[in-house]
Amino acid sequence: MRPGAHAAAHPASGERAQPLAGLQALLRRARRLGLLAALIAVWWYVSERVLDRSTRALLPPPQAVLRAAWDLTRSGELWHHLHDSLKRELVAFLWACTAIPLGIAMGSWKAVEEQVDPVIEMLRPVPPLAWIPLSILWFGIGDTQNEFIIFLGCFFPILVNTVSGVKGVETNLVRAARCLGANVWQILWRVVLRAALPQIVTGVRVGLGVGWMALVAAELVGANSGLGFLINDSRTILRTDYVIVGMATIGVVGFAIDRAIRIVVRRLMPWSQALAR
Amino acid sequence: MSAVAFSGVSKLFPGHGAGDEAVLALREVSFGVADQEFCSILGHSGCGKTTLLMMLAGFEAPSSGRILVDGRLVDRPTWRRSVVFQDYALFPWMTVEENIAFGLEMKRVPRAERRAIVRRNIELVGLQGFERRYPHQLSGGMKQRVSIARALAVDPEVLLMDEPFAALDAQNRSHMQEEMGRILASADPQVRKTMVLVTHSIEEAILLSDRVVVLTRRPGRVKAELRVELPRPRHESDSGFLELKQRIRDLIHDELEPEH
Repeated sequence: MRPGAHAAAHPASGERAQPLAGLQALLRRARRLGLLAALIAVWWYVSERVLDRSTRALLPPPQAVLRAAWDLTRSGELWHHLHDSLKRELVAFLWACTAIPLGIAMGSWKAVEEQVDPVIEMLRPVPPLAWIPLSILWFGIGDTQNEFIIFLGCFFPILVNTVSGVKGVETNLVRAARCLGANVWQILWRVVLRAALPQIVTGVRVGLGVGWMALVAAELVGANSGLGFLINDSRTILRTDYVIVGMATIGVVGFAIDRAIRIVVRRLMPWSQALAR
Repeated sequence: MSAVAFSGVSKLFPGHGAGDEAVLALREVSFGVADQEFCSILGHSGCGKTTLLMMLAGFEAPSSGRILVDGRLVDRPTWRRSVVFQDYALFPWMTVEENIAFGLEMKRVPRAERRAIVRRNIELVGLQGFERRYPHQLSGGMKQRVSIARALAVDPEVLLMDEPFAALDAQNRSHMQEEMGRILASADPQVRKTMVLVTHSIEEAILLSDRVVVLTRRPGRVKAELRVELPRPRHESDSGFLELKQRIRDLIHDELEPEH
């Protein structure tokens, strides 16, 4: 009933339908934020109405957190911690990209996989966080320690996805390249890598996500800067508003990284529909 | 000069034991294809005809016997024997142009010349205006045109086609068969390729071939070799066509009865 009515109304209203449709689309999007808004309202209610003056410090109301975010942003402190965290994530990620050639080698040559696979399978189930004590002893407090932990978080998802992507490359694509005169390296570079790329990107997305989570844990205990450090440092002085600002920043940035990858993928790989959503 | 010779070619696919027994796909297959001849290999599905083609391409080695092209043993794939695959096997991350140019890049053909060859082949298969499209934006018939253009662009000595029209709907298929006939007829006899087509369609084989090789059921052996002397372009309603079709059908129908 409703869709029919819409279709009939549109041509009649002509030009004026345009801004109206835009408004409708906006409303539809806003509706998706309903639960989020409700949760923030509950937060506000609990903080303002349920907690009293002495316990409110444990859960400051949303507006106090916003004010804290403004303070931290203006003083440059938030930016400083975010910058350090992002830098570590990036450095570790670049190192973790070595998983791509390794994964291609493992997926292409049985001899390589036979040797590497047992090592990987032993190391993979160890959570990155379990490495933190050793990492601190090896690298001390600071960037290298953090980057090592993030690297561990990033590396395995990228590797596992690359290997399975390479193994899933259609035989006929490789055969087509071979009978068109491509040599081994041209096949790996021009065909296997490209054909496996959608899945490699999936690995990168997962890897960056896991790395971002590992980063915060690594910074909680072994850093003098970064968002994890900010959270833990604020806890010691009971600035729960700063703690929440740090947490929210981690969430928003993690989300933004994932979104950015999706957009890049859609731009660079229009042929890959699997990731278009 | 590119004559193909199969001599005593067998293919055994080793099993892995326990319910997965070794399969003899082809047994002692011997026949030849003359230079510039269009030869169809006709047989039931599972008779090993695709395996035969893949071995000719150099993707797989025969278990015994030899395949020679111009007297040289086939031991690896080369652009001299390019393949048109049933599932097109187009590179999805490349546009139509880039797909067709791929083999030329591998051959290190200079850019300007490459562009000219790509354009010529796009015209040959009638894909003007679709140069910048990606394969997923094309219909099945168009994809197969790209695949044919890509295989022809490297200027192979032998063109191998593995049921190239099988995945198309009936209408598209007969259209593509006609087009293929046109391409064959119009191609310069100087550059005409030796062609080997694998198909299960009797009509397709008669429509396009100079010669038809009929294989038996598994394990595939050569059941018969027939010359097709009908003038081109051929039509399915010609009396000569119908006669030959009936002959081949009888040959193949024989195969439906269990052998003893």
